[in-house]
Amino acid sequence: MKPVADAPAGALPVERVDWIPLALIPAIALAALPLIPSVPTWVTLTVAGLAMGMMIFMMAAGLTLVFGLMDVMNFAHGVFISVGAYAATSVVLAMKASMQADSLAANLSAIVPAVLAAMALAGLLGWFFERVVIRPVYGDHLKQILVTMGGLIVVEQLIHVVWGPDIIPLPKPATMAGSFIVADAAIERYRVLAVLVGLVVFGAMWLILNRTRLGLLIRAGVENPEMVESLGYRIRRLFIGVFVAGSALAGLGGVMWALYQESVNAQIGMQMMVVLFIVLIIGGLGSVGGCFVGALLVGLVANYTGYLAPKLALGSNILLMVLVLLWRPRGLFPIGKA
Amino acid sequence: MLTALLSGDAPRSRALAAVLIVILAGLAFAPFVFPGTRSLNVAAKVAVFVLLVASYDLLLGYTGIVSFAHTMFFGIGGYGVGIAMAKLGVGWGSLALGIALALTASAVLAFAIGLLSLRVRAIFFAMITLAVASFFQILASQLSWLTGGEDGITYKLPEFLHSRVACYYVILVLALLFFLALLRIVNSPFGRVLLSIRENEFRSEALGYRTVTYRTAANCIGALGATLAGVLYAIWLRYTGPDTTLSFNIMIDILLMVVIGGMGTMYGAAIGATLFVIAQNYLQDLMKLASDATKGVPFLPDLLHPDRWLLWLGVLFILSVYYFPYGIVGKLRLMAAGGQNR
Repeated sequence: MKPVADAPAGALPVERVDWIPLALIPAIALAALPLIPSVPTWVTLTVAGLAMGMMIFMMAAGLTLVFGLMDVMNFAHGVFISVGAYAATSVVLAMKASMQADSLAANLSAIVPAVLAAMALAGLLGWFFERVVIRPVYGDHLKQILVTMGGLIVVEQLIHVVWGPDIIPLPKPATMAGSFIVADAAIERYRVLAVLVGLVVFGAMWLILNRTRLGLLIRAGVENPEMVESLGYRIRRLFIGVFVAGSALAGLGGVMWALYQESVNAQIGMQMMVVLFIVLIIGGLGSVGGCFVGALLVGLVANYTGYLAPKLALGSNILLMVLVLLWRPRGLFPIGKA
Repeated sequence: MLTALLSGDAPRSRALAAVLIVILAGLAFAPFVFPGTRSLNVAAKVAVFVLLVASYDLLLGYTGIVSFAHTMFFGIGGYGVGIAMAKLGVGWGSLALGIALALTASAVLAFAIGLLSLRVRAIFFAMITLAVASFFQILASQLSWLTGGEDGITYKLPEFLHSRVACYYVILVLALLFFLALLRIVNSPFGRVLLSIRENEFRSEALGYRTVTYRTAANCIGALGATLAGVLYAIWLRYTGPDTTLSFNIMIDILLMVVIGGMGTMYGAAIGATLFVIAQNYLQDLMKLASDATKGVPFLPDLLHPDRWLLWLGVLFILSVYYFPYGIVGKLRLMAAGGQNR
């Protein structure tokens, strides 16, 4: 905390915004521009990168909030992603006709219930997880890691039991497939949708965290949980709420990701976990803003390197992480206790 | 003599001693008692995984750090042998060179990871190792000119190792030696410091031990143990590929073995690995029977399907973290101690 000696009496100290990591996003996008031969390709890649980043952010947001609030790292967060994706698949496959119909209303009548089902199931599973698996091991990181890994194994196997071991193809709805062309640059519709949904989620989160009483309590809980508790708020209930909301968001991210990939398999969750951890480390453990910036950086860098040096693409996020850690050893926006 | 061999760390429970003797005898006479390639494969895998899991236990059980990069070091051992045999030609010299290079690479890598991330908290280390291990897996599948990509490398070994039985005994004896060496390490003053770090890092730092140094050293020793296990496994399989060495599934298997067998006891590693590998190979047969028997009942046959064996071990894993934090070995020792007190 900075001393606020020169602030006028009675005024709250103004929080200084750290702009440098934020500026990194356009900086990287601009740095890639001269490397990529044609501008339309660059636009396509940038949109793809932003879309990917937004989806990663949706999946990672819950994880980082839970860690910040309750100091719990849930290694099984990935199963909420898979479960969400599978739940949506079941709904979508049951409503195949309206998915393939060439009208937005029909498509939405399949997608909206699918997304709701995904979020509901993932949230329910999150509630169950917090109650049964994580509650006994608060404060013990070693056991948290072990137990949540165990949960990951069990739920992944249960997915196999319920939905079978095969990869399920999941075509995009007719009106959201394909792409449109803006000034020679082909832009996939679905990516634009992903960016929009991501922005809505981030905006809603930002508003809730910064403009509501609930958000105030959550932020205070991240800073100092004992103090919030001693002021008479039930931090446990707050935590369950955040955990369930985070799981539901992961479920939403899972649906978006599965539709983007046009297939579902039980490994999605685990594959994404590695990316999520990288994003969290880049952003600073527990920081929502850092998570957002980190996710966009990872998305952009992955898409640019995928085009420029395909062999490097899969390892690009690790390289990014190493670079960020060399610059800021505790991530872009370090939070007090991490 | 025996006490010296076990580094003064006796089983301290009659049942445990009996189980260990059965395992050792079973492994020693496996080629004669259980003939057939399948059972010999199982026995060799048990021998290798006992070493692999014991070296992981040094990290998880004794020092209290969770690493997800253990399969990476396992893989480095395997690829060391594989690449040396495939590129440098078959011979003892190139085998030795491959092993030496693999050990050096592992030690350097473990040192670097430890130095970078062991200063901070357990969770950070776990996440970083997960990321590094997945990067290494990508690397192995991308550098196909060197590693054979997804297909891996198949190779020949020096003449002496061609006989399966001779090869088996070489692996068994080496694995046993390395296991005893690990037992020696954890029962040395160094091992006691590791335990004190696990119990209370702050206090051991206050007592004057540089915990970062000790943790990094433990990380390196664990990595070297895993590399040696990888070497032995590669010698047995005469094949190295991502699925047999680097895959994340093996990492999960190792975790299950350590926790079910008993964290913080080398014998737990032995029991966990034996149980798990046998379950992996024979539980499925049993489950098939159960699955067939429950046909007609809704949902149950799916739960008992042979491919779902990991589900049950996962449940067992969670239960053992909650209720038997020191696994089977801890339980047996507790029972033995309780009996004496009465």
